[in-house]
Amino acid sequence: MSNHETYDDKVIRQFAVITVVWGIIGMLVGVVIAAQLLLPVLNFDIAWLSYGRLRPLHTNAVIFAFGGSGLFATSYYCVQRTCHTRLFMPKLAAFTFWGWTAIIIAAVITLPLGITQGKEYAELEWPIDIAIAVVWVSYAIVFFGTIAKRKVKHIYVANWFFGAFILTIAVLHIINNLAIPVTWTKSYPIYSGAVDAMVQWWYGHNAVGFFLTAGFLGMMYYFVPKQAGRPIFSYRLSVVHFWALISIYMWAGPHHLHYTSLPDWVQSVGMVFSLILLAPSWGGMINGMMTLSGAWHKLRTDPILKMMIVALSFYGMSTFEGPMMSIKTVNALSHYTDWTIGHVHAGALGWVALMTIASIYSLLPRIYGKTEMYSIKLIDVHFWVATIGVVLYIASMWIAGVMQGLMWRAFNDDGTLTYTFIESLSATYPYYAIRLFGGVLFLAGMFVMAYNVYKTIKGVKVEPVLVPQPA
Amino acid sequence: MMSPGWNWFVIIVTLANILGCWWLIIWAAKKRPGESEEGEVTGHVWDEDIEEYNNPMPRWWLMLFHLTIVFGLVYIVLYPGLGNYKGVLNWTQVGQYDDEAKAIREAQLKRFAELGNLSPAELVKNEQVLLTGSRLFAANCSTCHGSDAGGAVGYPSLNDSEWQYGGDYDTILQSISNGRTGVMPGWQAALQDDGVKEVTEFIVQLSGQTADAGLAAKGETRYNLFCVACHGADGSGNPALGAPDLSNDIWLYGGSREAITQSIATGRMGKMPAQKNLLTEEQMKLIAAYVTSLSN
Repeated sequence: MSNHETYDDKVIRQFAVITVVWGIIGMLVGVVIAAQLLLPVLNFDIAWLSYGRLRPLHTNAVIFAFGGSGLFATSYYCVQRTCHTRLFMPKLAAFTFWGWTAIIIAAVITLPLGITQGKEYAELEWPIDIAIAVVWVSYAIVFFGTIAKRKVKHIYVANWFFGAFILTIAVLHIINNLAIPVTWTKSYPIYSGAVDAMVQWWYGHNAVGFFLTAGFLGMMYYFVPKQAGRPIFSYRLSVVHFWALISIYMWAGPHHLHYTSLPDWVQSVGMVFSLILLAPSWGGMINGMMTLSGAWHKLRTDPILKMMIVALSFYGMSTFEGPMMSIKTVNALSHYTDWTIGHVHAGALGWVALMTIASIYSLLPRIYGKTEMYSIKLIDVHFWVATIGVVLYIASMWIAGVMQGLMWRAFNDDGTLTYTFIESLSATYPYYAIRLFGGVLFLAGMFVMAYNVYKTIKGVKVEPVLVPQPA
Repeated sequence: MMSPGWNWFVIIVTLANILGCWWLIIWAAKKRPGESEEGEVTGHVWDEDIEEYNNPMPRWWLMLFHLTIVFGLVYIVLYPGLGNYKGVLNWTQVGQYDDEAKAIREAQLKRFAELGNLSPAELVKNEQVLLTGSRLFAANCSTCHGSDAGGAVGYPSLNDSEWQYGGDYDTILQSISNGRTGVMPGWQAALQDDGVKEVTEFIVQLSGQTADAGLAAKGETRYNLFCVACHGADGSGNPALGAPDLSNDIWLYGGSREAITQSIATGRMGKMPAQKNLLTEEQMKLIAAYVTSLSN
């Protein structure tokens, strides 16, 4: 075995730094649209800046640009370190960075222009979809190629999750985007009616399950034990919750279509599987949190670990909330309200973003030949600002959502509605203001991070890192 | 309904996944010989220091898992979920809607019947009637007539003293129930440009606005020939025909010279749709009472 092999860290550095950039851009757009809901005048009567066009830009930028780049960075890092080998086909890995970044830029241009498939989280039109498929298959080749040439016998649990995420997203993306192009900027899906809706939410919910959950569990399984310096709590638990999670998630999509033209039996199956999903989801939370037992004192001094634990807490909370919201009677109240927005952000800000941020803080010094970030104090500041931001965000949306649901369904004994829609909207305004403030705090945290990252990597001349012998 | 093949495919795959998970948690919870003990690492080491314990799965977590599986299985026995199987409870979302709607409908009709039996004189004074009437108005009428009943161009205001067809309770109920069609024919062909201009000037004068007296005088002659039959000699209209009063400053289609010119030249076609097929007799009475109360 060659002792002179080095890790391919350049692509990781690129993805790690751009994660922070996309985080700021995506969350900034989020803050803008949150402000537009409160003050519609901020649409400025310019179509490109209108809520309807910026909202998909926000979701694409935070999920696929920020979250996606974070996943590329951490999975490339984790797979090399836990396989004790250099990335398979480093040039292809470099292509995934430039390809993915080009795709995001295409999204930033086309979405404000109003070029969209009109499918949530799958708005990008067919030429960009093809580019995504090409980059994603390249990603799979690099990742699984690296696994194949590993120098250790066992595949580490983080890689199972990254692997499941990469494979499933390929399948989901391709099937949901099968469409007949009409022009370069317009296509129509090959599905119609309730089938189209079902395919879309099969995709949509598994984008949550595999992109935003499995991928980030992979991140968690590497960076939590690494940062805590403790063994993973239970190998057995990781096996069970992995297989249960990936098999059950596949069925949960229909809960997005309760009380619609989707057949009753499909809705029931979606609800039942969503409920059974509670325990497999919590398996990941337990394994992460219990890994810290015996090292709780580290939370006092290590804000990165603190962030990870809070991220896992939000993960546990939103994976409890999700199954509850999938119950038909609860859904009849929560659906179409801001409760859903609150739920999504408990997951997206609380779990996904905090885990990404913590992992980048943990990862960045290592790939820039340092032992820690420029300022631990600033990480702590980021932790508090972000956590308070998330809490304000989700609490305000819970209250707003339940209130909207109750107002919309209230009717008088003469059969008329008690409230007009506009009354429910004006009652929501104070909560929109609180949500905006929470969002601004979270965004502010990202600027603190950007400064810390800049100071950490400024002027660093990186040396290649030798691959160590497996233990 | 799915074909038998799909039906069984769905049933088998659904149960296989649920029962598969059940088997998994029972199978994985078993202790195997040679396995590392609780609190011991498995012996695998990655990236120099990442190790794994092989602790048992927390008992409360396993119980939670069992519980959700049992709940899920019971649910798909009671409710539709396994292919074409309808479930013990025979529940459907359409059935749920129908049941809820029926209960509400019954309560509603009872309420309306109580109120609707009042005499017209009592109806227009009863606070409960007026409250309910205002809600029914908001739900059924405000789209055209406005939530304040103030009307809009082409849709008459219902909160002033002017009535095209009459503002007493019975006539209003009639308007709601059967609808109204108000036709003003176009006079361009008969009057020509000059004639339209002159009659417009006369109407402007009639409604108390400043007008060219010369043109208005010519217009009056033409008015007495063409318009008088419906709108009357003094321009006060005719409720039997729905011809509006032209001698005040209340306008259905606008009182500017341009709007009046257009009304004369091309005519107007007003349509109040009949509500008797959409609302019950009692509902219409309640709305009529509310509308009556607005201007009286």
